[in-house]
Amino acid sequence: MQYTQIQINHDYVGLWTGHDFHPQFPSLATCSKELKECSGHVFVDSVPEFCLPETELIDMSTVDVILISNYHCMMALPYITEHTGFTGTVYATEPTLQIGRLLMEELVNFIERVPKAQSASLWKNKDVQRLLPSPLKDAVEVSTWRRCYSMQEVNSALSKIQLVGYSQKIELFGAVQVTPLSSGYALGSSNWVIQSHYEKVSYVSGSSLLTTHPQPMDQASLKNSDVLLLTGLTQIPTANPDGMVGEFCSNLALTVRNGGNVLVPCYPSGVIYDLLECLYQYIDSAGLSNVPFYFISPVANSSLEFSQIFAEWLCHNKQTKVYLPEPPFPHAELIQTNKLKHYPSIHGDFSNDFRQPCVVFTGHPSLRFGDVVHFLELWGKSSLNTVIFTEPDFSYLDALAPYQPLAMKCIYCPIDTRLNFIQVSKLLKEVQPLHVVCPEQYTQPPPTQSHRMDLMIDCQPPAMSYRRAEVLALPFKRRYEKIEIMPELADSLVPMEIKPGISLATVSAVLHTKDNKHVLQPPPRSTQPTSGKKRKRVSDDIPDCKVLKPLLSGSIPVEQFVQTLEKHGFSDIKVEDTAKGHIVLLQEAETLIQIEEDSTHIICDNDEMLRVRLRDLVLKFLQKF
Amino acid sequence: MDPECSRLLPALCAVLADPRQPMTDDTCLEKLLDWFKTVTETESSLLLLQENPCLVELLSQALKFQDVSSRILSFSLRLAGIFAAQENCFQFLQQGELLLGLFGEAGPLGLPAWNVPSVRSGWIQGLCSLAKHPSAEQFLVDCGAVDTIFSLQGDSSLFVASAASQLLVQVLSLSIQGRATPHLGSSDGDWPSCAQSIVGYLEESLRSGATPQITQALKVLTTTFGRCHHSWTEALWMRLSPLVTCLLEKDTVPTAHSLADLFLSMARSPTFGSSDCDLWVTLAQTLSCLSPTQAGPLALGILKLHVCPQALKTQAFDVLLQPLACVLEAAAQVPGSSGLPDGTGSNPTMADALLASTSSCAALLCQSLAHLGELQALPHSPRPWPQVLLLEATVMTLRFCSGSAVPISSVGGRLCGILASCIRVQRAALDFLGMLSQGTGACPQESVTQVFAILLEYLRSPESSPTVLKKAFQATLRWLLSMSKACGSNNPDPHTQPFLRELFPVMQKRLCNPCWEVRDSALEFLTHLTTHWGGQPDFRQALLASDVPELTQQLLQDPEAYVRASAVTAMGQLASQGLHATPSGPEHPGAKQKSLPQELLHILSLDSEGFPRRAVMQVFTQWLQDGHPAMAEDLEQFMARVFQVVSRDLDWEVRVQGLELARVFLAQTLGPPDCPYAVALPAATPPTSPAEVLRTLGRVQLLEFAFRALFDCDRPVAQKSCDLLLLLRARTAPGGGLQGAECNPEAVTVEAALRAWQAGEQGQPLGELVPEVVVAILRTLDLEGLQATLAESSDHVEQSPRSLLQDMLAAVGALGGHEADCY
Repeated sequence: MQYTQIQINHDYVGLWTGHDFHPQFPSLATCSKELKECSGHVFVDSVPEFCLPETELIDMSTVDVILISNYHCMMALPYITEHTGFTGTVYATEPTLQIGRLLMEELVNFIERVPKAQSASLWKNKDVQRLLPSPLKDAVEVSTWRRCYSMQEVNSALSKIQLVGYSQKIELFGAVQVTPLSSGYALGSSNWVIQSHYEKVSYVSGSSLLTTHPQPMDQASLKNSDVLLLTGLTQIPTANPDGMVGEFCSNLALTVRNGGNVLVPCYPSGVIYDLLECLYQYIDSAGLSNVPFYFISPVANSSLEFSQIFAEWLCHNKQTKVYLPEPPFPHAELIQTNKLKHYPSIHGDFSNDFRQPCVVFTGHPSLRFGDVVHFLELWGKSSLNTVIFTEPDFSYLDALAPYQPLAMKCIYCPIDTRLNFIQVSKLLKEVQPLHVVCPEQYTQPPPTQSHRMDLMIDCQPPAMSYRRAEVLALPFKRRYEKIEIMPELADSLVPMEIKPGISLATVSAVLHTKDNKHVLQPPPRSTQPTSGKKRKRVSDDIPDCKVLKPLLSGSIPVEQFVQTLEKHGFSDIKVEDTAKGHIVLLQEAETLIQIEEDSTHIICDNDEMLRVRLRDLVLKFLQKF
Repeated sequence: MDPECSRLLPALCAVLADPRQPMTDDTCLEKLLDWFKTVTETESSLLLLQENPCLVELLSQALKFQDVSSRILSFSLRLAGIFAAQENCFQFLQQGELLLGLFGEAGPLGLPAWNVPSVRSGWIQGLCSLAKHPSAEQFLVDCGAVDTIFSLQGDSSLFVASAASQLLVQVLSLSIQGRATPHLGSSDGDWPSCAQSIVGYLEESLRSGATPQITQALKVLTTTFGRCHHSWTEALWMRLSPLVTCLLEKDTVPTAHSLADLFLSMARSPTFGSSDCDLWVTLAQTLSCLSPTQAGPLALGILKLHVCPQALKTQAFDVLLQPLACVLEAAAQVPGSSGLPDGTGSNPTMADALLASTSSCAALLCQSLAHLGELQALPHSPRPWPQVLLLEATVMTLRFCSGSAVPISSVGGRLCGILASCIRVQRAALDFLGMLSQGTGACPQESVTQVFAILLEYLRSPESSPTVLKKAFQATLRWLLSMSKACGSNNPDPHTQPFLRELFPVMQKRLCNPCWEVRDSALEFLTHLTTHWGGQPDFRQALLASDVPELTQQLLQDPEAYVRASAVTAMGQLASQGLHATPSGPEHPGAKQKSLPQELLHILSLDSEGFPRRAVMQVFTQWLQDGHPAMAEDLEQFMARVFQVVSRDLDWEVRVQGLELARVFLAQTLGPPDCPYAVALPAATPPTSPAEVLRTLGRVQLLEFAFRALFDCDRPVAQKSCDLLLLLRARTAPGGGLQGAECNPEAVTVEAALRAWQAGEQGQPLGELVPEVVVAILRTLDLEGLQATLAESSDHVEQSPRSLLQDMLAAVGALGGHEADCY
């Protein structure tokens, strides 16, 4: 299904400011060279490693299809497509593919710029790890962590993606149909509807109801779901994005006014488009017209240009602009007027153009690699400067920990446009799924705010929750399959009305099943004796039909049946009630008649004549088709 | 009646009666009715009809229903009612059976025209006007109108239904008034027949069990008891009270609002307030059986009563306090430890109502907070007023809304979830918190600290919406002012000093907010703060240590006009107190900045929006009044520039403000007026001579501005200018030693220029005027006459009845060559 975003371990600082770690435990001495201490925190000095998605539970080579919801949650794709034996198909929208490529390219570029020969591995020894301070000792699955993939692997992984458009129906082996729907969170972000003829499962992840740049969320198509899998809600439910944007702008303006610089660690796509649009409207009112804005990323240019060409994936207002024709995003104008400048890295042109005070948008938001490291080194010692965190994926305190002590001001304005609990509540009221399935964390208030009953999913019936690595049976059963009847067979049916509006007809046919599609075909005509010389064709190799017996229906009223038996000369009849029906005992004839809802058995001792007599009496009570 | 109007009436009546000439303008007919109403208030209607038989013909024409439009039919019904309000005229119209034809069963009832709501409304309004005398009552009975009025109670048009209800009350009152009050509990026979049928109808409605009918009956009773304070109303109540009180016995009271209105109307009536009827018991019973939301308005009404038993007031006050009591209870660490006085504790019904849903919780809390706020402002607010508890409850409500409350109880947790980020409750609570700042003398310091803490939390929080923030600013200002007042000096309270220090960093952020409403609210707040504490050293120090003055100055260039206007006002105030940022300060070495007056002048000259320009003029006026140093320097040249710019401004309000500035300047130039009884003080400077004054006014271009403004197309500007010139003329009169020079060629040129301006032409500038010429012009101009003309509204000519009649005739082309007034 969807793979969660990669986790970057707090293990590496490009320009190291800490000291060697001198452990208290002798057993730690072996790995002391791998460890560094900084302002009371211990870090691993290593090439960055990444925690992969769960692969223990499922053999990826047996997975047929991967559906990608948005470009933020596909960063682990090369690990899966290149190293797990996965041979299936990956589906994603075009912006997801293109912007996902940019994010991966930036990541690879950042990592490859500062090569490190060795990965630290000694600390991963369980005996060593348990002695390390938090959060190192709490890190899970450390042995599975891997170094970053290469660009070659990225290209290979992305080549396996098949592009899809919103509302496009994709048939998967005839078993189900999957459809991507706009989720309103990012360019090309999708929710997925997976449905058969009688069941519908919606997978809602990373969705937004706010009016930002992407196409609005398609809620209507999620209606009538049997199960709605809900994940990817906002990570900061108490922070309203509007308020955070206000806070971002105010702090930015105040810093620049006082002659300081502003550093915004960010991804090269996503919220940055909205921030630039907000700043476009804001800089004049705040008197920031002469302050340069720099966007530094190996993919900065592509990101800014891509955003302008995905018109069909944008919100209505931006789509309208395209027809004027105007660039949908105002950052085009910022670039034209030289207010926003973008560079692939801090080297080259940037060094010549660099002017302070300024605002710099650059990655990586984890602060462990990328050009952001240089700016933290450059500006960290002055209290005039400010670093403003807008990406909610990383704890800003953890991110800053290796840089301490830091004089630079730190502002945390996480802007997460994904659904909050109030919006989820409205969405569920609107969509009304029969069942909601979500991670356990969403069904209870956050541990630090246990009184905030508003910070959890509140729906009826209560949501089914799951934990990490838990296998959950979805609450529905596949009861029916759709079977098509060939027209000539349908022509031959003679329906009989058994109740007003309900007709029945018996069908004798051959059920043909292929690729999960079922078709009733007319039965072959009774076969003529074949000449010995003619060979049978494979398609004719269908078992001959026997003489058809009539189908029976109806129920046997026991009392009347007993009376009939008596009329026909049977005596000493006993009737016993059982859990499923009745037993009629003909003691004299040593015969047993079991009458149940869907079967009748006559058990007599080798007296075929008696059995046939009794059978005929039973059949009198039943209707025949 | 004006003879000219009398002359025009026949033609008009002919036009109105002519179905080929449809009168499409309803407002003309309304004005005509208003005019007839005014005329009949002072003149005899009978005489009017006799002198103008065309009016009777018009009414007769209305009887030919097929030929008359519904508009004219409705008009005729109302007109007939106006005439028939006088009994002799009623008799006159009755003789011709005109009234019976219009209002009786043979009238428009049952005709297609009756389906038009305006006809039904005209029928009711006609009868409303008519039902003023005893003859009318019999007429109503005879023509069967009463039954029609009953049926119109449930009319599909709310206007018709409401008017029918009013008419029913009037008929009931007419029927009973002047007769002996029936004995209490007397038989039907004691009631006049008309009244009897109305009361019977009310009884039937109250018994019906159908909500619409019950509501209609209750409304009739409410209006009756509100209007009539005779003793018969008590008899009426005695008869109907069992049926009304029965309504309270149901599980849910569907007509709760109407019942509350009825009881409050009765409680306000001297008839019931002073009697020994069971009204107070009924009110107490009603309070306890209505739902919390329904009981709120009734409780407020009871608490506003001047005469009311104390026990009932206490009960009503409890109703209003209960939602807040629930909040306190939910927030209490230990159940029952909310600190509320006995009897004020939350009850389960209230808790259920609060916890039912966000909307019901918000509605109940907002209602309670608004009602308590209204009560607090009353001179007879309930005593004892639980100030401390209300403060705590309001602060706690705000904490629940912001998510900063940490309740232990499950009710608290639930309330937390319901109220989180509820903007409606936040606004109501902040409003109420601001009101609670009154009478803080009794507040323990602990409560005040809590208040300032929550205010700071809201001012700081990025989650506060612009409207909530505005309320937070307003509440903060009220608390700061009240604390300062409590200290008995103009200084901020010493305990609020830490608050002010924390406030300015918040203000800095708010002034940089991307939302213009936030920047605007912050600037308004800053202006008020500076007005009150601009002279206080600690305040000055805290303000100057922040970037607030520079940020304010920067907002003079804000893209939003409202913000620019607020920034102008704030800068004006800061500069008045010497707190504005100085240009080319150490922070901006070498920066080429304009001085503040120059910058404001720039805004006045070039800003495309009116608000900032108006604000600039207000600041200049204030500065001139206060003798601000920025104005003192080269005052004449500066004023000349201002008057030059303002005289060309397209916004009349800016020009009026300009004239106000001119008035202040003139007053200062003239010096204090001579008063024959004043004790002569040794003057520091000798009074300026009139000639010198006029020369100064000429140099600053004030005279040219004022003369131009005298003929301004906007009346307020011309009026203001006229007043200014009258003042000038009075102070430079010949007694002052100046002689006019009427025959001077220069005076002739000036007069010609003024005539050109009056004619709406642009004309040439007047140039520098010799004092004698100014005196001569002032003498020549009929300023008093102009003042009198301007004092009348601009449409006084067009509003005359004669003009109305002419217009109506002209609209259908009956006036031939006359042109219609356009208005």
